[in-house]
Amino acid sequence: MVGIPAGFPAADPELAGLVPPEPEPPRFPPEARLTPRQWVRANLFATRAGSVLTVVFGLLVAYVAYRLLWFVLVSSNWEIIRRNLRLFMVGRYPVDELWRLWTALYLLVGLAGFFSAATAANVEQLARAAGRDVERPGPVDGLRRYWPVLAALVVLLSQTRTWTPTLLTLAGGVILLATRWLGRRAPGLARFAWLAALVGVVAAALVMDGPGDAEWSKWGGLHLTIFVTVAGISLSFPLGVLVALGRRSSLPALRAMTVAYIELIRGVPLVALLFFGHYVIPLFFPNTVEPPPALARAMIVVVLFEAAYIAEVVRGGLQSIPRGQYEAAQALGLRPWNVTRLIVLPQALRAVIPAMVGQFISLYKDTTLLAIIGFTELLEVAENSVSQPSFLGQRLHTVTFAFAALIYWAGSYTMSRESRRLERRLGIGERT
Amino acid sequence: MSTPAGERTRGSLAAVFFDVRVLRVLGQVVAILALVTLALYLQDNYQANTRDRSGQSGWGFLDEPTGFNIAYADFRSTQPVRDAIWVGVRNTAASAAVGIALATAIGVTVGVLRLSHSWVARKAATLYVEVLRNVPVLLVILFTGAWLQTLPRSTEAYELGGLIEISNRELVFFGTTLNIPYVALTAALALYHGSHIAEIVRGSIQAVPLGQTEAATALGLSDLQRLRFVLLPQAFRIGLPPTINQFLSLTKNTSLGIAVAYSDVSSLGFRLIGARSPALQTIIVLMIVYLVFSLTISLVFNLLNRRLQLVER
Repeated sequence: MVGIPAGFPAADPELAGLVPPEPEPPRFPPEARLTPRQWVRANLFATRAGSVLTVVFGLLVAYVAYRLLWFVLVSSNWEIIRRNLRLFMVGRYPVDELWRLWTALYLLVGLAGFFSAATAANVEQLARAAGRDVERPGPVDGLRRYWPVLAALVVLLSQTRTWTPTLLTLAGGVILLATRWLGRRAPGLARFAWLAALVGVVAAALVMDGPGDAEWSKWGGLHLTIFVTVAGISLSFPLGVLVALGRRSSLPALRAMTVAYIELIRGVPLVALLFFGHYVIPLFFPNTVEPPPALARAMIVVVLFEAAYIAEVVRGGLQSIPRGQYEAAQALGLRPWNVTRLIVLPQALRAVIPAMVGQFISLYKDTTLLAIIGFTELLEVAENSVSQPSFLGQRLHTVTFAFAALIYWAGSYTMSRESRRLERRLGIGERT
Repeated sequence: MSTPAGERTRGSLAAVFFDVRVLRVLGQVVAILALVTLALYLQDNYQANTRDRSGQSGWGFLDEPTGFNIAYADFRSTQPVRDAIWVGVRNTAASAAVGIALATAIGVTVGVLRLSHSWVARKAATLYVEVLRNVPVLLVILFTGAWLQTLPRSTEAYELGGLIEISNRELVFFGTTLNIPYVALTAALALYHGSHIAEIVRGSIQAVPLGQTEAATALGLSDLQRLRFVLLPQAFRIGLPPTINQFLSLTKNTSLGIAVAYSDVSSLGFRLIGARSPALQTIIVLMIVYLVFSLTISLVFNLLNRRLQLVER
């Protein structure tokens, strides 16, 4: 009998991507253990040029480290961060409504914990059914994967003036562990992960959208940054995929429209488009209709901007699918839409995951541009807080910017590491 | 190809509407009509909204006086908008050109260092890349600007051998005087995009087959010779297309000059809108300027790219 091993539905397109290929037995010579002395010779003073580099960069690194430590521990007054921490985190969100943010956070943390554990358990189960050994990641792996975010969290909590935020954060950690424990026991529910993500994000947004200054168009700080990033990704991704399909379509009018859209957007900086959204979009609405609030207009621009870039990423994936895949799908009698949906898109999207995550990271970093048209997102808070009366004229810009940089860096660096990890696990870019 | 429904009603008018070819043409016509209708509707609203504001229609505003001075430029408030935009275009070009050159230099140096024999140099280069690549470019620009502001005033400027002089007002570099907003923007863009180019350079060098390195070593070339004559020329071919994207991105990011009060074309556009230039037309001018920059850069470097690629059978 030739065919698929029992209990291993190889035709499942989701499974094809999730189970890592069987690793080849390593064929390297046994690793030579270097003595410390040999290591120093091989890695620091191997050649004359290498020795010069070691000395020069050793001095440079030592100097930078000394200046950095001096900056963090001695010369800087971190009081401005301590006093403005809430402004940095949530902008002018009213204190009485903060429970909404914690509730939304717990909801998302709970869903993320449950479904990440369920998915992992599901993948394990399938791999075991196919007769493979599975290594279960322990808590140390979690620390190693997310250390930048955890480090940023520790720095944040070290700047709080009461114990309440720390306790509430710890409660979030407990929820995460509890839901992961539950999730491991429900691998069958893993298939609802996307639905749960959608429902969770919408529910969280509804909870957070409170009365008065808690209204969504008045959000600020890191809260606004994260909101624009998540909403931007969830809206621009489907739009970008549709535009990419339009660009590859056989209908000339559709192709021309999508090409014009992509090239126009990609040729122009986001700032110019944000100006357009800020000043011009209201003029396109009839007098009788109230134009959408400024944040909605900025969101429209961000989504249209990112969608053009995502479309180009997806197009790269679509072009990498061999013709035979289309032809085989057609020969099976699939309708054109099903050829795309079931055969082409799953393979194309999988091939471009790294580039896609790169685009999401750049969206996260691009949210800072909202500061230019007057939104008080994280970077704008860093810029503004130095002109408060008690901190005026103390040149604290470098302090607040360094603090904002830490938060941006932690998020972006973690995402790029996760993307590289996913790339390795899926075996993308490896020549076989 | 006709559908079963088409076979049954062959010859009747209904058959025409079930034909895929007809549907395709019809769908596209409807889409174009919908787009044109939407454009006309928006134009109608726009005109209704701007009718009672003087100077908001047409292109006459280009000849009106701007009403503001531009720092570090020979420009008076009585000069027309047209001239202000031209000042902005020149400033954008100056920042982009020098930024591209510096970013390339930084990128190649750091990219090569990431593969050097020295563990310390490798780790230092990695640290630089991983920090700079993962913070927003606007933050890098603002930080550089804020840091330059902490330098001493021009009367107590730092001096380096009489050739370089830097204060919180200007940088004198071999007799050329550069204003600090320009220095802040250009240096920040070079540092940020340099970190991205460094990754491209490293990837391209690693993509050169290992046999090339081994052959070069076997020929007795030194490390530097191997890099200069064997690895870099081949890596250059691999890395040029993504590097062109970085150049385009750097040019567009000069629009963030507004954050350090640099008078690039975008920040002047922003000031012009504030000084009652019509927003739509001003932004259209901005878009045209950037499209021209983008197209020029793609054209020049893609020609270079085509000349560099190996001609295969």
